Amino acid sequence: MLNKRRVLTLLVPFIIFIIGAVLLATPLLKGSDPSKLDSALVGQAVPAFTLQDIYDENKQYDATIFKGQKMLLNVWATWCPTCYAEHTYLNKLAKQGLYIVGMNYKDDRKKAIRWLNDLNDPYQISLFDQNGMLGMDLGVYGAPETFLIDSNGIIQYRHVGDLNEKVWNDKLLSIYEDME
Amino acid sequence: MTFTKSSVLMLLMLFFSLMLFSQHSQAAIETFEFDNPQQEKTFHELTKLLRCPKCQNNNIADSNAELAKDLRNKTYELVTQGQTKEQVIDYMVARFGNFVRYDPPVTPITIFLWLGPALFIIFGLLVLFRQIKKQPTKASVLDTEEQEKLQKLLKQHVKDTK
Repeated sequence: MLNKRRVLTLLVPFIIFIIGAVLLATPLLKGSDPSKLDSALVGQAVPAFTLQDIYDENKQYDATIFKGQKMLLNVWATWCPTCYAEHTYLNKLAKQGLYIVGMNYKDDRKKAIRWLNDLNDPYQISLFDQNGMLGMDLGVYGAPETFLIDSNGIIQYRHVGDLNEKVWNDKLLSIYEDME
Repeated sequence: MTFTKSSVLMLLMLFFSLMLFSQHSQAAIETFEFDNPQQEKTFHELTKLLRCPKCQNNNIADSNAELAKDLRNKTYELVTQGQTKEQVIDYMVARFGNFVRYDPPVTPITIFLWLGPALFIIFGLLVLFRQIKKQPTKASVLDTEEQEKLQKLLKQHVKDTK
């Protein structure tokens, strides 16, 4: 009896080790990328802003454009190779009828317009955030980033990195469908 | 010929050390002007404390990333506006989450970081005390018979060595 208890006590560190190892190994094995951070703005409204249309300097938008229907907000730039890689898929999503707002981030207007003319424009509205003001308020730390925004203008999810078929089907689609 | 060989080596070494040096000086070119020394101090404390979300293991003072530059400029802007250290940290956390802080706050998830070591020490001490208590104290005490035996052996030993 005493011996049994002794064995159990001696097993405690081993059990703690196993629990620790499992906790540390799970994210590794699941392949979660530590460079992809959750947005601090999930559950909050898109911050207030005033930005120009990319095609037309005289046209201005504010945060009200994010209300009324659920949509994607895609942050992109011509200096970002991954944005180039995901652009075809954005066009595909747009063709499926998804409402996508584009935000051109810290970029050159002429280059951006040329990009949209050459590669097709998947965006219903294209914002031009030259100084990265809205980018800062959204906590954008690299392009591309894609936000899922519900019809009340509340951010529900942020995806960092390129959008492709796999990411869309595995992660974003279910969140998008659950949104109001 | 050995002379030229070593001088070439010297030149190469000089070249590489200069390369290292130039990289460092590039990072330090940015200059900020402050209204008073207090603001400057706050700014430097903040840029050391705030972590660059892009480069992950750098603070924004050390990083050359474009984003770190933006965050430094924003920090400068807020500090010169007269915002306190806490206000600037709150501003950054509201946008980038607690990830930007190099001193994480105590939250239900991080509480283990503070309590964990203490719990381990307490647990270890408990085990230690229990082990000490359990140790049979009798073993070290000899009864009279054993004492006699010991004395005999000792005497024998003294005789033998003489």
